[in-house]
Amino acid sequence: MIHTEGLTKDFVVSRKETVHAVRGIDLDVAPGELVAILGPNGAGKTTTMRMLTTLLAPTSGSARVAGFDVLTQPGHVRRRIGYVGQGNGAGHNQRAADELYSQGVTYGLSRADSRRRAGELLDSLDLAGKAQRKVTDLSGGQRRRLDVAMGLMHAPPLLVLDEPSTGLDPQNRANLWEHITAMRTAFDITVLLTTHYLDEADSMAERVVVVDHGEVIADDTPDALKTQLAGDLLVVIADEPDGAAHLAHIVERWEGATEVAVTGTRITARIANGTTRVAELVHTADAAAVGLADVQVRRPTLDDVFLNLTGRSLRESGTENEEVAA
Amino acid sequence: MSTTTLTPNPMVATEATAERSSLARDTGIVLMRELRPMLRDPFSLIFGLVQPIVFLALFGPLLGGSLAGSVPGGSVWQWFVPAILVMTALFGSSTVGSNLLYEMQTGAHERMLVTPLSRSSLLVGRALKEMVTLGAQAVLIVAVMVPFGFRLYPAGALLGLVLLAVFGIGLGSLSYALAIAVRKQDWMFWVVQQTFLFPLMILSGMLLPLESGPGWMQVLSRFNPLTYIVDAERALFSGELASGGVAWGALAAVATLAVGLAVGIRGMRRSAG
Repeated sequence: MIHTEGLTKDFVVSRKETVHAVRGIDLDVAPGELVAILGPNGAGKTTTMRMLTTLLAPTSGSARVAGFDVLTQPGHVRRRIGYVGQGNGAGHNQRAADELYSQGVTYGLSRADSRRRAGELLDSLDLAGKAQRKVTDLSGGQRRRLDVAMGLMHAPPLLVLDEPSTGLDPQNRANLWEHITAMRTAFDITVLLTTHYLDEADSMAERVVVVDHGEVIADDTPDALKTQLAGDLLVVIADEPDGAAHLAHIVERWEGATEVAVTGTRITARIANGTTRVAELVHTADAAAVGLADVQVRRPTLDDVFLNLTGRSLRESGTENEEVAA
Repeated sequence: MSTTTLTPNPMVATEATAERSSLARDTGIVLMRELRPMLRDPFSLIFGLVQPIVFLALFGPLLGGSLAGSVPGGSVWQWFVPAILVMTALFGSSTVGSNLLYEMQTGAHERMLVTPLSRSSLLVGRALKEMVTLGAQAVLIVAVMVPFGFRLYPAGALLGLVLLAVFGIGLGSLSYALAIAVRKQDWMFWVVQQTFLFPLMILSGMLLPLESGPGWMQVLSRFNPLTYIVDAERALFSGELASGGVAWGALAAVATLAVGLAVGIRGMRRSAG
């Protein structure tokens, strides 16, 4: 569905300064996949999306989207993708149903088909009572759902969403996601989206592509990324500090254990497949006569993955780097 | 979630037609999209239509007093009504860029750029909306003015409107190009628009005859395309279809259109960056 080779975008800011927003991204998305591009602000997510949706011409490299080249066959690409940008796709002075209708006829649907389809989408996105409302009179969550409906008017094989849930409260985010996943099942579409919400990428995407400074730095399922790149966090509380220190010494020698640290009675360590090692830990503590107050195995988050890859936390990074050409 | 069943793929039946995209069809879609909010909101429609009448009613009597006898051609209304139409077109067309600026800020323009609509239709369709409004305003103005002694020459008036539409689409395109050029500092739009608008208007002899002005103003007015448009409109609305002024006006209108479309379509293609 998407195939890029060395996709690159430079923005010439001034004679002396060029921003390398995207540096040679190779990305393959198979039909039916739900892929999230995750990265801090300024990582090149939006620029990549804009190249894939024919809005920006790549500086070098190539991209085929829905079977066509974005640079030489933009018209064919445009007919086959639905796009939900960062802003509101629906014009603010328009009525919801009117914008859907215009979008439908734009893609070649007949007037009757366009009207019927608009009605169906309004119904399935819980906007049935809002058809005649002006877009400005809709709430943020409703507007976003309308944008998604706009992107689905022509039942495109590929839906591209650029930060679809930014600015929504948790309840509206969850609601939007419910709709997106339902639409995906109903239409059997491929979904590519960007997000900077870690939990969202974690819970929704089947595959996460982590980008930083315009490059892909990891690409796998959320679970595989966590297992390979972060490992579980083992937290053990011993009865007394000496026992904790002793136990920590033993754990340090375990294969695959990293970041072993002791604070008072508390031992923490990173370890792959932590749950399978709990029994061993209990036996070891028993043999060494160290009493245990608590043992926990925490699955890592995607933030741990990002931290491991870049040495920075995704939550903090990126603020100094404004997204170029937002 | 509602339980409505969705048609699996509405494209199946229309795939063949969807591959085609014609400028006329696309322009029609963009034009209708632009017209719809106005048609849905009768208040904005009525205000838009009445505006030139108010101006005419307030300005006309003053002109009648101060210009009586000095107006070429004799009748003040015959001289002033075409000018009001040009002014309406000038104000309407030169400000259209602000609507595009707004849609660029909200994201609607970006969404439309990802659709298969031809880039020129995004420009021409929008500019045409202003001309539809102008047509309606013209009909109303003429209808109101005829009882006051305004003489209507239908063929000339119709040609006059066509000429004005050609000019207006060109000027509208320039306004969109300006909006695209200043999209990152949107306040600049009004600064530039006003800087051009008033000198163009005054130096066209639209509201006050330049014949009584100083020589340098008369010279400058000869370099103002709007002067030729105003002269042509006055000739056409007086039924003088074959006058030389009409040919010059047509040339000025076509030149404005050519420059406007060239600059505007180039801007539209780059408006995503």
